[in-house]
Amino acid sequence: MNAALVVIALAAFLSLALGLWARGGKRMTLEQWTVGGRGFGGPLVFLLTAGEIYTTFTFLGGSGYAYGKGAPAYYILAYGTLAYMLSYWLLPPIWRYARQERLVSQSHFFTRKYDSPALGILVAIVGVVALVPYLVLQLKGLGIIVSIASYGSISSTAAIWIGAAVVTVYVTVSGVRGSAWNAVVKDFLILAVVLFLGIYLPFHYYGGYSEMFRAIDAAKPGFLAFRPTGESVLWFQSTVLLTALGFFMWPHSFSAVLTAKEEGTFRRNAIVLPVYQLILLFVFFCGFAAILTVPGLTGTDIDLSLFRLSIQTFDPWFVGIVGAAGVLTALVPGSMILIAASTLLANDVLRGLQPDMADDKVALAARGLVPIVALVAVGFTLQGGQTIVALLLMGYSFVTQLFPALVCSLMRNNPVTKSGAFAGIVVGVAAVGWVTLKHSPLGTLLPFLPSGMNDINVGFVALGLNVLVTAGVSAATRPAAAANPRPA
Amino acid sequence: MTGIRWLGLLPFLGILVGTAFVNQVEPLVFGMPFVLAWLVAWVIAGSIITAIIYKFDPVNAQSAREHDETGR
Repeated sequence: MNAALVVIALAAFLSLALGLWARGGKRMTLEQWTVGGRGFGGPLVFLLTAGEIYTTFTFLGGSGYAYGKGAPAYYILAYGTLAYMLSYWLLPPIWRYARQERLVSQSHFFTRKYDSPALGILVAIVGVVALVPYLVLQLKGLGIIVSIASYGSISSTAAIWIGAAVVTVYVTVSGVRGSAWNAVVKDFLILAVVLFLGIYLPFHYYGGYSEMFRAIDAAKPGFLAFRPTGESVLWFQSTVLLTALGFFMWPHSFSAVLTAKEEGTFRRNAIVLPVYQLILLFVFFCGFAAILTVPGLTGTDIDLSLFRLSIQTFDPWFVGIVGAAGVLTALVPGSMILIAASTLLANDVLRGLQPDMADDKVALAARGLVPIVALVAVGFTLQGGQTIVALLLMGYSFVTQLFPALVCSLMRNNPVTKSGAFAGIVVGVAAVGWVTLKHSPLGTLLPFLPSGMNDINVGFVALGLNVLVTAGVSAATRPAAAANPRPA
Repeated sequence: MTGIRWLGLLPFLGILVGTAFVNQVEPLVFGMPFVLAWLVAWVIAGSIITAIIYKFDPVNAQSAREHDETGR
């Protein structure tokens, strides 16, 4: 075992110990387990919501995308800002309603708002479907880090199994409090590591940022701006909008929102969190620094770029620190996602189908489902085939389909009926699923689109279809005007 | 408040519409390609704009008071 692996293993053990310690002898009811008894103040909610942003997705995926694709990676910097601006108005009414009705999940929210258990079950299923690629990308990141840091002595397959086991154990034992404390440790570590790498690497290899970007621009003209076709400006616009709208539609972000003690937390966080996004810049700088120093990674291997460059640059013990930061960025969000997915299945799908299930049975089922969900994700991870960013965008395409029905439900006079919401979500998700499974370009799904529109993000087109269907079906199924008086 | 709230649209315009007009590498700004620097500027502006909206939003004064009254 080399120094890098020792440091990484220590980080994993520390994270497990923190998770166990945070349990603090409290009795774990379902509400305690999933939303921390709704007692988190500003700093912890801040870290939990930020904890999801700074996942393997940004650390390895963001640097990998900058390395492999160039300018398209910029979208990652842009969407969070717009999402936080939306959150200022979006989250307080969600939190207020959820507290008033004592809801612990997004699916309950839809069930109650639309008075339709069937819609709640559908929302839960969409959530689980979207979470699987998100969990897969965390495990993929774990596999990359551990296998490269072991200098090849641990296979990435073994690393994925180990990582999945660690997440499963501490989630089963401590629930969300484990995640919160790990988020604290993780955020400090990732902040320090990313800032250091993002400054050190460009100066060490190129002598500065201007020199680095000029060198890349000379070697690969056009790489640092959006292309005329493919991942073009149109792709950027539709992707940023899709992901900004979907940002808080994830079932686990929804749960994180419910952990807050008071609604002002969200408005204050909306001020600070955009600036926190700027760490991403340094992640990009790492990826850009790797372009000319570890050339030749293509396909899904672009996700390895940050790590390959670290190995080439630093001593094993420091590679271990970078790896430890990377492992935590996968474990913390991975645990949140596991909690969210297993709670959704137990509390929303199982109990939705069998409403007289007792609380303790649901809590037991939620825990029992944790290893099962982890196993499914390991299965998908081992199949491989997609870059980290592509996996997250797939998840976003699914989960953003919940946005129209959610936003309309917050209006005083909701124009959307339960049938409209149901039909819209089904059509949107089906469109995304069809394109994902068939790997077919947009043009074949919507042949009437002009060719220049082909670069629009698939999930965004599906969202358009979703809105049309929602509006159409709602108009057709709206109860008589007398029952639902129009506002002036 | 109603007027100030519309400031919130600016980052959306800057990022979603504006980017189409600044899709270029040169001139470098703080060493970054121009289009990247443009997005960075909007991230910072987004934060400042939210802070301004927060300051003028009567809801926040109210919720702070309620918070005090519950005695926590």
